[in-house]
Amino acid sequence: MNKYNLNNSYKAVVIGGSAGSFQGIVKILSQLPKNFPLPIIMCLHRLKHVRNGFVEALSIKSVVQVSEPYDKEPIKKGAVYLAPSNYHLSVELGNYFALSTEEMINNSRPAIDITLGTAAYVYRDKLIGILLSGANRDGGLGMKYIKDKGGLTLVQEPAECMIDTMPKAAMALTQIDHVMKVDEIVDFLKELDRQYK
Amino acid sequence: MVQDIDIADLKRITELIQKKHGYDFRNYAMSSFKRRMLRILELKSMSVEALIKKLTEQPTFIDEFLDELTVNVTEMFRDPSFWRILRDEIIPGIQLNHKEFKIWHAGCSSGEEVFSMAILLKEMGILDQVTTIATDLDVNILEKAKSGSYPIKNMELNEKNYIRYEGKKSLKDYYKEENGRAVFDKDLVKNVSFRKHDLVTGEIFNKFDLILCRNVMIYFNQSLQNDVLKKFHESLFKYGYLAIGSKESLIWCDIASKFIVVNNEEKVYKKIKD
Repeated sequence: MNKYNLNNSYKAVVIGGSAGSFQGIVKILSQLPKNFPLPIIMCLHRLKHVRNGFVEALSIKSVVQVSEPYDKEPIKKGAVYLAPSNYHLSVELGNYFALSTEEMINNSRPAIDITLGTAAYVYRDKLIGILLSGANRDGGLGMKYIKDKGGLTLVQEPAECMIDTMPKAAMALTQIDHVMKVDEIVDFLKELDRQYK
Repeated sequence: MVQDIDIADLKRITELIQKKHGYDFRNYAMSSFKRRMLRILELKSMSVEALIKKLTEQPTFIDEFLDELTVNVTEMFRDPSFWRILRDEIIPGIQLNHKEFKIWHAGCSSGEEVFSMAILLKEMGILDQVTTIATDLDVNILEKAKSGSYPIKNMELNEKNYIRYEGKKSLKDYYKEENGRAVFDKDLVKNVSFRKHDLVTGEIFNKFDLILCRNVMIYFNQSLQNDVLKKFHESLFKYGYLAIGSKESLIWCDIASKFIVVNNEEKVYKKIKD
């Protein structure tokens, strides 16, 4: 069964989220298939001056331990990464991360647009972008960059979002391939996983 | 990030700057370097061609260009837990060897860390025993650092960090408010020499007990990080300390074996081999 018409050419999944996305993220991570074949790179808005705790909270139920990458850390298949607090997280050509402390974008550091935009530049049409609930427009442009490079775009169904500004901003800026509830995103990732096994 | 810029154009610009002005950006991390260039083009409403023309024909434009290119976003007492470790463990460790010692702030930007350090030393009662050199390649930002004057709106965050650092006083005791700016007491930096120095092309110029270079090398690619770390290694006394950003690591660097980790959470290293 291939409901979403997927294949095994994808290289990475990026997820953006803000206010109201925590539960959705936890659900996705807790139901992730074992030995998921791709890196999952998450950029979530978070308290700027709380360095510890978030990654631990996400890891409790996650199938895979979540980690905050170091600058220039190589990106590994099957690993789950979270943008560290107070840094922008970029993907570099050569498949590794770079951090920066540049100005905030949309009042955010980490900014979802930066993570999604640099991932789109590196992975091009081999990237899947997922944008969840959130209270500002960050991530909308990032989703547009993904679509412009031929990647696949998913947003959480606005009706299910605690705050739908973020997915709606993306829908207004670019073509979204799938508008889905979190449960459907979980099914989508399971189907994706099957393409590689 | 609205428009994009070709790698070929970035190359043309970096080669021009290198030939004409002697700065070498070829080994900067590509993602952030590209964003900085796009930002400059947007700020100046310029095309790539116009920028190249201006860099070629107006020699003085380079300083303004460098000021925009380098990232100058910083805080006082950023990562308060780092500053606590510095006060409670690292500096007492240095004092076991040297009563009087030397600190290098490499890539000091607008000077927030220089002033943080001066306040820390003053509260330890050892400000007069320390010689500090603070360097940056951006001459405009060095002037700002020297002036110790920051927008008052930044002080809320700085004060919060200082409180979490558990300083002895209030940050307010160290500055006066003048025309919407917090102007810090100049006495704090009377033993600080602010100098222009480029980590990439600059020579080794002194030996230090402690080098702070936090969130600077993240703008370099790995090969350039290796080169700069070699310079830091050479610029440290044996058993001297190197502090880098909390999300930087020596793990992938050639020189890692000549250091030991003193504090992994705060990324403080100690030179153990020449």
